[in-house]
Amino acid sequence: MKAPGLRPPPKHAPKKLRTEADLRALQRMMTHALVQPLTADDELAPRWHDGRPMAEVVAEFIKPNDRLTAGERLKIYSISYWYRLIDAVYEDAPGLRGLLGEKKFSALVRAYLAKYPSRSFTMRNLCARLPQFIREEPRWTAPHTGVALAVARFEWAQTVAFDGEARPVLTPDDVADVPPARLRLGLQPYLSLLALDWPVDDYVIAVKERDALRNDASNAIDRGPRAASRKKVRRPRRRRVFVVVHRYDLRLFYKRVDPAAFQILEALAAGRTLARAVAAAGRGVQPEQVREWFATWMELGWFCKRAGRLSGRS
Amino acid sequence: MPANRFNAFTDYGIGIGLRVPHYAHILEKKPVVDWFEIISENFMVDGGRPLHVLDQILEQYRVVQHGVSMYFGSADKPDRAHLRKLKALVRRTKTPWLSDHLCWGSVDGTFTHDLLPMPYTFSAAKRTAEKIRYVRDYLEVPICVENVSSYAEFHVSEMTEWEFLSEVVERADCGILLDVNNIYVSSKNHNFDPYAYVNGVPPDRVGQIHVAGHTKFEKYILDTHDHPVLDPVWKLYAHAIARSGVTATLLEWDDRIPSFNEVHHEALKANEFIGGARAANFARRALPKKR
Ligand SMILES: [Fe+2]
Repeated sequence: MKAPGLRPPPKHAPKKLRTEADLRALQRMMTHALVQPLTADDELAPRWHDGRPMAEVVAEFIKPNDRLTAGERLKIYSISYWYRLIDAVYEDAPGLRGLLGEKKFSALVRAYLAKYPSRSFTMRNLCARLPQFIREEPRWTAPHTGVALAVARFEWAQTVAFDGEARPVLTPDDVADVPPARLRLGLQPYLSLLALDWPVDDYVIAVKERDALRNDASNAIDRGPRAASRKKVRRPRRRRVFVVVHRYDLRLFYKRVDPAAFQILEALAAGRTLARAVAAAGRGVQPEQVREWFATWMELGWFCKRAGRLSGRS
Repeated sequence: MPANRFNAFTDYGIGIGLRVPHYAHILEKKPVVDWFEIISENFMVDGGRPLHVLDQILEQYRVVQHGVSMYFGSADKPDRAHLRKLKALVRRTKTPWLSDHLCWGSVDGTFTHDLLPMPYTFSAAKRTAEKIRYVRDYLEVPICVENVSSYAEFHVSEMTEWEFLSEVVERADCGILLDVNNIYVSSKNHNFDPYAYVNGVPPDRVGQIHVAGHTKFEKYILDTHDHPVLDPVWKLYAHAIARSGVTATLLEWDDRIPSFNEVHHEALKANEFIGGARAANFARRALPKKR
């Protein structure tokens, strides 16, 4: 089994529970049965990983009743496991779904969850490894892997911006006395810097707007006008954009920035001093322009202290 | 009995679960609600809107925390980072007590996000009770454990579910969040008498009660929380409060959530049974025993 973290199940379910190890063995057994992908028609996989019939293995630890076999009882849990997680990914990745279409997206999500089951107490983190998975297994998104990856990164950045940590904002007064050659600014943890080869920010917004229209239509009239729902959002054309996904006044925002501005922000995020970060933007950038950028970023509250210090002595 | 050490000697009435679709209504209209139950995990975040909304709710209402991921019955040890987050939230909400489920749902750090049934064995009861004590000592707040609804039973079980629940709460010396809908659902799925269940748990440990709706399928009942409470569940509720005394009661409605008023109205139906239970309890205490 590929589930990282989840250790292999015992050969057979424990016949008695005497120790903590027995309890763990039983729980491993059942978890393996649950996280095993369903078949195309949402049945339990026919075989256990060692080749035995699944029904036989499940019957080792689950009792049947007068209406359901052990396998049928487990299937209630398995279906609910898969659809709970699938629904959560659907909710967090509407853009990716729009991009790939229902069938492809569903296959991607199932393959992703089979390889990377949840490792967090909250489903909020469920899509954290989706960009990595898209990179590792491009066949689920081909021939649109590049744009799919951009959308997945953008959508994960939204989750981070929604409820990520906000540190106390740095004000101009906080940094006034530190010379630029020593000043290191932190960026808010809720903020993501994305250099994207496709303008997926516009694309995701368009998909969300279309989906909202679709919901309105289906709420208003049961079998209402389908014009809104059929409207296709055009896949974006390749073009490099630099996007900062952030939060302001508790709302999500995406801000396109100039390539030079993006380089400054990336250098700051990497821990460079202010002087070196500005230098990273290259010679073509006017000082007034840089001052203007910093004034905006300060106003948006993007800067915070870096891990407990203002100036770098490292 | 209603106010006891498992609910921090509070005397809360009828509450409802705080859910996202109702935020705007609650914050704007400020309806009278005795208390809200929050899902702890929804607010165990580092920042942003969820905590902002919670702080506004806390200014106006009494809030009790209900968790879905502590997994007292899991063989995994409690995660310290998780507990630290939870404790920060406990300090923020000042929840008088905290509830989570008598179940498991993760192993080796892999999470199913489900409330999976326990094997009802003495060794599992002992382990689970130790974990409850550990969590309570860390969080410094009384704990009530909730019985879950279930669809499967294990061969290794050595006792009934209510015997297991009793064994755990006695060993842990903690309270019970008695979910009468879950009892009813499981009684149908496993062919037992729901009244035997209610009669089988220590009544003085019940610190809170849940009611909810469920859905019937051909061969089993699913605990869907997307309906009004069904009659047999209200009857079981009446029986539970006649036995334990009237205690903090909460309606869970988690799916296909109707308007705030509809949910609240459904919750307040509990009053129809509370009056009767109070009268019966009063009569039992006030009237001289017949010889
Ligand atoms: Fe419940």
